[in-house]
Amino acid sequence: MNSIGETCNELKKQYDSCFHVWFSEKFLKGDTNDSMCAPMFKVYQQCVKKAMKEQHIEPKDIEINHLGTEEEKTPPRS
Amino acid sequence: MVKYYENSTVFQFSWDQVARGFWHRYPNPHSSHVLSEDTISREVKDGKLYSKRLLTKTNRVPKWGERFVSKNIVKIVEESVVDPKEKTFTTYTRNLGYTKVMSVIEKVVYRVSEENPKWTVAVRSAWIDSHVFGFSRAIQAFGLDRFKKNCSKMSGGFNYVLAHMFPTTAQYMNPNLSQMGFADRMGEPSMTKLSHAAEDLQHSFHDKAEKMKDAAKKATDLAKKNAGPVYVACQPNQS
Repeated sequence: MNSIGETCNELKKQYDSCFHVWFSEKFLKGDTNDSMCAPMFKVYQQCVKKAMKEQHIEPKDIEINHLGTEEEKTPPRS
Repeated sequence: MVKYYENSTVFQFSWDQVARGFWHRYPNPHSSHVLSEDTISREVKDGKLYSKRLLTKTNRVPKWGERFVSKNIVKIVEESVVDPKEKTFTTYTRNLGYTKVMSVIEKVVYRVSEENPKWTVAVRSAWIDSHVFGFSRAIQAFGLDRFKKNCSKMSGGFNYVLAHMFPTTAQYMNPNLSQMGFADRMGEPSMTKLSHAAEDLQHSFHDKAEKMKDAAKKATDLAKKNAGPVYVACQPNQS
């Protein structure tokens, strides 16, 4: 899948492959140490942040957490 | 007024397989409307994995929608929490921008099936809201109709990906389980469109105007009958 920034595609691909291995082989097996892909994530992030800025996407809107906060929707009481 | 919908779907794959498959949903042959997918943040906290992703999709604006929406890309923020100990995978998606026109929030919780520990149940909740005067009811009603249709598409799509990732498990799937209809759908490209139901909805607001008016009318009639929260069953015959 493509990144929002064309120049980030290669970095994203490398990070995603690392993440998939980490998620299956480490995380789901109980190893929560996430340092394995951290260097790749860092460079990929720098690229994405830049691309978002260029496309005028407000990081503020994305940074707000909804899940697990007061913002999260709850089913209506029936 | 916000419309609330919920349904549940059974996947004949283990929770671990579904969790792994989740990150591989895109791209697929039927996700041409999905333009990009980026991980914005990710961390492990208290043994759980917290991720936030930004998805962008094309936005085909219907004629009557042009007055509300001018840009042509929809942005969707997806938050998720994976708890490997409890075996729960929770996703929460919302659209960025146009929230006055239509805001669609979807929460899905994937957990191990109580019926069969080798299966996974996805419980899906959606909240659909619109503040466009005179249109909100039609848009919300359209939402109900579309949501019902998409639940079977969604499970068919996810199953398609899971079956390709885990062919050995797929061999033992029971195609007769009402919520699957999987064997039939494998050969039917239209049914393998891969998306979350509400994500599709977030996108489908921008679908063809005629189809939408028609669906909205039908669904308005239905919505009138169901003033309260609606439980939407995932019926295999819906296309």
